[in-house]
Amino acid sequence: MPASMKMYGKHRFPGRLFIVEGIDGSGKSTQVSLLHKWLESEGYVASFSEWNSSPLVREVTKRGKKKKMLTPMTFSLIHATDFADRTEHDIIPPLKAGAVVLADRYIYTAFARDVVRGVHRDWVRGLYGFAVKPTVAFYFRVPLDVAMKRILGGRDAIKYYEAGMDLELSADLEESFRMFQSRIIEEYEKMVEEFGLVVIDATLSIEEQQAEMRRIVTEALTGTKKTRVRRWVDLASLGKASPT
Amino acid sequence: MGRFSFFGEGLPNIDLEELKGKLIVLEGTDGVGRSTHVNLLKQWLENTGHAVLDTGMTRSALAGKRLRAAKEGHTLGGITMSLFYATDFADRLENEMIPALRAGFVVLTDRYIYSLMARSIVRGADPEWIRDVCSFALKPDAVFYLRLKINDLITRVIQTKGFDYWESGMDLHLGQDRYDSFVEYQSRLLAEFDKMVDQEGFEIVDASGSIEEVFDDLKGRIARVLEPEPRPAPQKAKPRTD
Repeated sequence: MPASMKMYGKHRFPGRLFIVEGIDGSGKSTQVSLLHKWLESEGYVASFSEWNSSPLVREVTKRGKKKKMLTPMTFSLIHATDFADRTEHDIIPPLKAGAVVLADRYIYTAFARDVVRGVHRDWVRGLYGFAVKPTVAFYFRVPLDVAMKRILGGRDAIKYYEAGMDLELSADLEESFRMFQSRIIEEYEKMVEEFGLVVIDATLSIEEQQAEMRRIVTEALTGTKKTRVRRWVDLASLGKASPT
Repeated sequence: MGRFSFFGEGLPNIDLEELKGKLIVLEGTDGVGRSTHVNLLKQWLENTGHAVLDTGMTRSALAGKRLRAAKEGHTLGGITMSLFYATDFADRLENEMIPALRAGFVVLTDRYIYSLMARSIVRGADPEWIRDVCSFALKPDAVFYLRLKINDLITRVIQTKGFDYWESGMDLHLGQDRYDSFVEYQSRLLAEFDKMVDQEGFEIVDASGSIEEVFDDLKGRIARVLEPEPRPAPQKAKPRTD
């Protein structure tokens, strides 16, 4: 018999959930990965969950995007399905076990993107009602121009849905991306107060941002157990060390 | 005013005024004969001159195939399964049902949001939550709830396809074996459907008769739904002198 569904803010788990939000190019992924390494070096069991990564639904999303089959509604629902799978498999069980869970993008990404796509604000908030409320939700605030420079400088070409091309804001990919992302920023800014997002100034140096995150996370970790797990590599090195 | 409305806020970018057809739903538990009747009704409606679109769960171009495959693996959690079904439903609503209604078709659907909600609630979902999730759906013109008592349902399932994993709710671990589990699971679904009768305005159709009897019953009911709408009263009476 499945336990009855708990709604946002009602879950009580011994673990901690830290999530990062921000537009593409805000540097949030770099920061969360640095945080992950630090937590493990401190002896915490930390697992990581990424937006849109459930093996179960990834193929549907990929195909839907490739073939441009997605409407604002199915875009919203398929991402919620992905998120539900990760909540049920990757987020809730480790939190129950008292571990630290990190997530790159969370429900606020959906709230921003879906609302910009014309999905009703309250409906999408209700849709994610089953989500676990994060211990701390970091929002990496960055001016659009700074983020654009970071994105255009490196990595892969901007993709159709990332640029909000389905909204037909502009025929030019880069221009569409700019317009879409600036609307996303507006939505994030509204959510800072609505959901108590912790703002990190993403124009600061990587080191400064990381120090600020670690300070906040350390505070939130009070009472969380460190569970140093000896892996087989550790045991092997011990084995080598002991005879001498 | 168009005839159609959404349960809640609804889909973005849809002009309800444009929807002309009829949306008819057949609901009921597994093994009650829904798909048989959808097929019979489709033929009958086409013979009488109606264009018909028939659709049903997990048939969407977007998610249907993966959803069926995911069920094979039996690894879906309750919330995930509900949302996967909702995705499949939304894709069919937007890309099949609404275009057909726009073109004036009779849309005949084997299950609608009600099955989705019943299954979800039986699997522990918050009833209000799943209702809100499904609120982007169009309100149908009629919902025919094919109803069989649990004992009749068991007899029928044994005679036909046997106890399927999901139809027995095996993921819920309700009983020792498929039989026990099927009885418990389908009883719970029945209870959820029964709760919806008044709330959602279902028409109960007694599904215990022969296929012909049930088919005749359904034909009569659908004929009434398809009757041309009565013209506004002023046109019947002599127009007043202006």
